[in-house]
Amino acid sequence: MQTKIYFDHAATTPVRKEVLEKMLPYFTEYYGNASSVYGIAKESKQAMERARKQVADAIGAKPEEICFTAGGSESDNMALRGVAEALEKRGKHIITSAIEHHAVLHTCEYLEKKGFRVTYLPTDADGKVSPADVERAIEADTILVSIMFANNEIGTIEPIEEIAAVAHKHGILFHTDAVQAVGHVPIDVEKMGIDLLSLSGHKLGAPKGIGALYIRKGTPIKPLIYGGAQERNRRAGTENIPGIVGLGKAVELAVNSMEEITPRLQQMRDRLIDGILEKIPYSKLNGHRTDRLPGNCNISFSYIEGESMLLLLDALGIAASSGSACTSGSLDPSHVLMALGLPHEQAHGSLRLTLDWDNTEEEIDFILEKLPGIVERLRQMSPLYEAVKG
Amino acid sequence: MEYSQKVMDHFMNPRNVGEIAEADGVGQVGNAKCGDIMKVYLKIENDIIVDAKFKTFGCGAAIATSSMATEMIKGKTLEEALQITDRAVMEALDGLPPVKVHCSCLAEEALHAALWDYAQKTGRTIDGLQEPKKDIHEH
Repeated sequence: MQTKIYFDHAATTPVRKEVLEKMLPYFTEYYGNASSVYGIAKESKQAMERARKQVADAIGAKPEEICFTAGGSESDNMALRGVAEALEKRGKHIITSAIEHHAVLHTCEYLEKKGFRVTYLPTDADGKVSPADVERAIEADTILVSIMFANNEIGTIEPIEEIAAVAHKHGILFHTDAVQAVGHVPIDVEKMGIDLLSLSGHKLGAPKGIGALYIRKGTPIKPLIYGGAQERNRRAGTENIPGIVGLGKAVELAVNSMEEITPRLQQMRDRLIDGILEKIPYSKLNGHRTDRLPGNCNISFSYIEGESMLLLLDALGIAASSGSACTSGSLDPSHVLMALGLPHEQAHGSLRLTLDWDNTEEEIDFILEKLPGIVERLRQMSPLYEAVKG
Repeated sequence: MEYSQKVMDHFMNPRNVGEIAEADGVGQVGNAKCGDIMKVYLKIENDIIVDAKFKTFGCGAAIATSSMATEMIKGKTLEEALQITDRAVMEALDGLPPVKVHCSCLAEEALHAALWDYAQKTGRTIDGLQEPKKDIHEH
C-alpha cells in the first residue's frame, strides 16, 4: 500500500527539502577531498567546518568537540568501545540501562566478552532510570556511565543532568545516546555535564549514513576506524561532505524551529494519546505521560498482536511500528517494554506512532477514526478476548 | 520481509473466523509469551469434518495460516485431515518469510489438539494421532 500518512519518524525521517538543496552542490560541483590543497577542496573543508559549527552550536559544544561518523550506531560503538579501550587500565566496569538501543546493549555485550563488567540498570514502570540507582551501581573501577537521553520506543526522557552529576561526583565519564532527542528536546552539554553524546542525521531530516559523536575536550578515547588523520585522528576515512553539510543544516533547522514546532507536536501527541485511550477500551500508554518526546505515542492494546495492527494500518496507507516479536524478527517482544514490566501479551500488542514537523491535525483525525475499528476487528478474532466479553 | 498475495488475502479476508457453539472437538495451542495463540473448533459428522472455525491471537502469518488450514480440512475425513501438515498449509499460501515459518506449525498443532479433544470425548482412537504437546497456554 502506498504510504499516505507517515507516523514512524522515530524509525527515520524524510530528508527536508532545504537540507537536500544545501547538499546537492557537494555531489557534483564541490566534490573535492577535504584533505587536498587545491581550490575545490577548500570549499569542501569550509563547508564541513560550517556544518561542524552548526552541530556544535545546537548542543552547546565547541566545533572541535564534534566528530562526524556514519550514524548513531557508529557513534554509540565509538563512545563505548573507544572509552573502554582508552581506560581499560583504570577500570573494567560500565553502567548502562536495560532499555538502551541495541547499538549500546550489543556493544556492551561485546565488551563483556572482552573482559569488561556491565551493570544494566532497571527502570521504573514509566521507563525512568533513577540517579540513585546509578550511584549505588558505581564500583571502584567504574569508567563510564551510558544512559540514553530519550528512549526510542516509549519516548521517556531520562534525568540526564542528575545522572551526569552522579557520575562526575565519582570522577566517571558520562555518555548519552541522544539520537532521538537532538532537535526535539533542548540540550546543552556544558550545563548538563555530558562528556560524550551520540546523534544521528536521519532522525531529524538529514540523510541516512551520517551522524556525530560529541567528545568533550580532553576525554580519553580510541578510534574505531584507522587509516587517516581525519576528524583530528579520531575517525579515519574521507569525509562524507554532502552528508555532513546535510547534518549541519538539519540540526540547525530542527533546533531553530523547536520553539515553534514542539508545542504543536505535543498538542497533536496529547490529542492522539487521549483520543486512543478514550475510544479504545483495554488500552494503556507506555512511557512517561509528560517527560516524553514531543512526538511519541506508544500504546498497548490487550488481546491483540502488533504486527496484525500494522498490516491493517498499512492497508489504509498509515505507516507505524510495534514492539511485538513478529516485528522485531525474533521470538521475543521489545526488550524495552519487557523492562517496564509489561506482560508478554501487552508487549506484543504495542503500537508506536511517532510524529514530526510534517504531520497534520487531519492525519490525527484520520487515525483516531480508523484505529478503533482495526483493534475491534482483531479482538473479534482473538481467543483471548472471548473471556473478557463474557 | 514481505508476505505473498495469498497470505495477504487470507489475512485481510480471513475465512472461518468464529466459534462453533456445540463443537465436537476444540483445541487451543500456543502461548502469549511467543505472541501466537490459535483455537480451533470442529464439527464432525460420520468421521468427516463438516465445519471448522478458528480464533487466533497473532501476527499476519498466524491469522493467514489459521484461515488456510481451516479451509483445507473442511470436508475431509479425520484421517485425511491428519495428513495435512504445516508444510502443506504453507505451500498453499505460496510460502512464508523465513522468520514466520514457525507460525505455520501452530495451525497443524491446533488441528491435532482439536482432533485429540474429539477422540477423548468420543472414546475412540484415530490412527496416527498423538496427544498434543502443549494444549494449555501460559500467561
